Amino acid sequence: MKLEMKDSPGQLVAVIQPISEIGGNILSVIHERDPAVKSDVLDVQILCEIPEGSLESLLASFRDRGVNVLRIGEERLLVRRSVILIGHLIHTDISDTIDKIDSTGFAEVHALSMIMPAITEPSSTKMTIKSDSLANINRALDILRKVAREKEFLIIEPLEDV
Amino acid sequence: MRIAMLGLGSVGKGIARAVMEQDLGFSLTAVADSKSGRIEPSGIDIAPMLDQKERTGMCGTAGVTAAEILASDVYDILIEVSPTNAETGEPALGYIREALSRGKSVVTSNKGPVALDFQSLHRLAKENGAYFRYEATVCGAIPIMHTIESGLAGNTITKLYGVFNGTCNYILTRMAEEGLTYQQALLEARELGYAEADPTYDVKGIDAAIKLVILANAVWGMEKTLDDVDITGIDGVTTAAIALAEEQDLTIRLIGEIIPAENILRVSPRIVSKSHPLVVEETLNAVAIDTEMAGEITLIGKGAGSLETASAVISDLLFIRDCHGGRS
Repeated sequence: MKLEMKDSPGQLVAVIQPISEIGGNILSVIHERDPAVKSDVLDVQILCEIPEGSLESLLASFRDRGVNVLRIGEERLLVRRSVILIGHLIHTDISDTIDKIDSTGFAEVHALSMIMPAITEPSSTKMTIKSDSLANINRALDILRKVAREKEFLIIEPLEDV
Repeated sequence: MRIAMLGLGSVGKGIARAVMEQDLGFSLTAVADSKSGRIEPSGIDIAPMLDQKERTGMCGTAGVTAAEILASDVYDILIEVSPTNAETGEPALGYIREALSRGKSVVTSNKGPVALDFQSLHRLAKENGAYFRYEATVCGAIPIMHTIESGLAGNTITKLYGVFNGTCNYILTRMAEEGLTYQQALLEARELGYAEADPTYDVKGIDAAIKLVILANAVWGMEKTLDDVDITGIDGVTTAAIALAEEQDLTIRLIGEIIPAENILRVSPRIVSKSHPLVVEETLNAVAIDTEMAGEITLIGKGAGSLETASAVISDLLFIRDCHGGRS
């Protein structure tokens, strides 16, 4: 989104704080100052991820802090699902498992956390998949279920949307 | 009302004691265990009978059989609490059919026959003007069938899901609380008497699946069998997996679920938020019933145990007594 704020100290905080308060994640901030332009306002472009349904409250929070929203760019829904995989994940080529999701083009493995207790024992992994829609997350999970059957590992799925 | 009872294990004894100690309006006229039986149309004196069972392992005379009791016509309700056989349902299935065919109401805690042949038993009861009650087969003391039939009457049940097996719940709870391995937690469950010597039925999710079959057939009139349930047990769950879930304040529970609209009949370990009402401790069971009008109702209680099972059987007995309008 493109925002307009007063060119005075502490104004960037007025943009960053509301995003962090709603649990958002800032991906990039473009904050250019053109010395040739004599203006008391400056533009900031910000790219961020925010929880579903929180855009309206974020915009209200900007207004309260005197930040004008000039333009909201492409709004993309972001859905995450975490599953736990148990089995011989390394020996069955975990990078291939990840690639099966990443190569879809509609979902990707966003985070991976693994515990490997001993070489002969099964590993446990928490895998977070993200996508731009619930339908695509479900398509990605279908692929993962198929891989789990082929590679004989257990997949523990969330009961709710966690 | 006169009752006959087949099976005098811990559940049967609990029922006999309740009939003796509480003024429920029942007279026990016949009883059989695996080795003996007795038929006394004027009513059995329960205390000496239980005493004899304790001393000799037999409740009556050797040679008096379940078949004789069923044919005796000294009872209005048959309580069938003999050990279960999930593959054939026998001999309990035969006993229940026989009693229903004779127009006798039946109350059972026996999962095998109910899971295997629910629709035909239900039909047989209807044809013969008898009641067929089985509250004790699903979630022990939790009055799930009564809640659905009476308390939520008029509601469409859209989904049923929950923790249906106390042994698995105990194992997962202990793994999460103490960081025990699956094997250690299983051993502990066995030592405490929560798990059988052969825990396959519990830990592989079969026991929970049998309960789902009963609920699917009873609540929605489906004709499901165990083969229709997608089953994954907890024997592959690692302590590390639970630890990974805990990082986000989540945990793992064995969840059974029925969602008729999506054709889902499944038992599997699932990641659940620790604050979810289904995350119950130790051997408790919990069932969430999703309804159109009443929203979601969650029932939590003891899913097993002889006294808890006896409680469910007695509530069925009283239901039949009350529905009969005091028939003696």
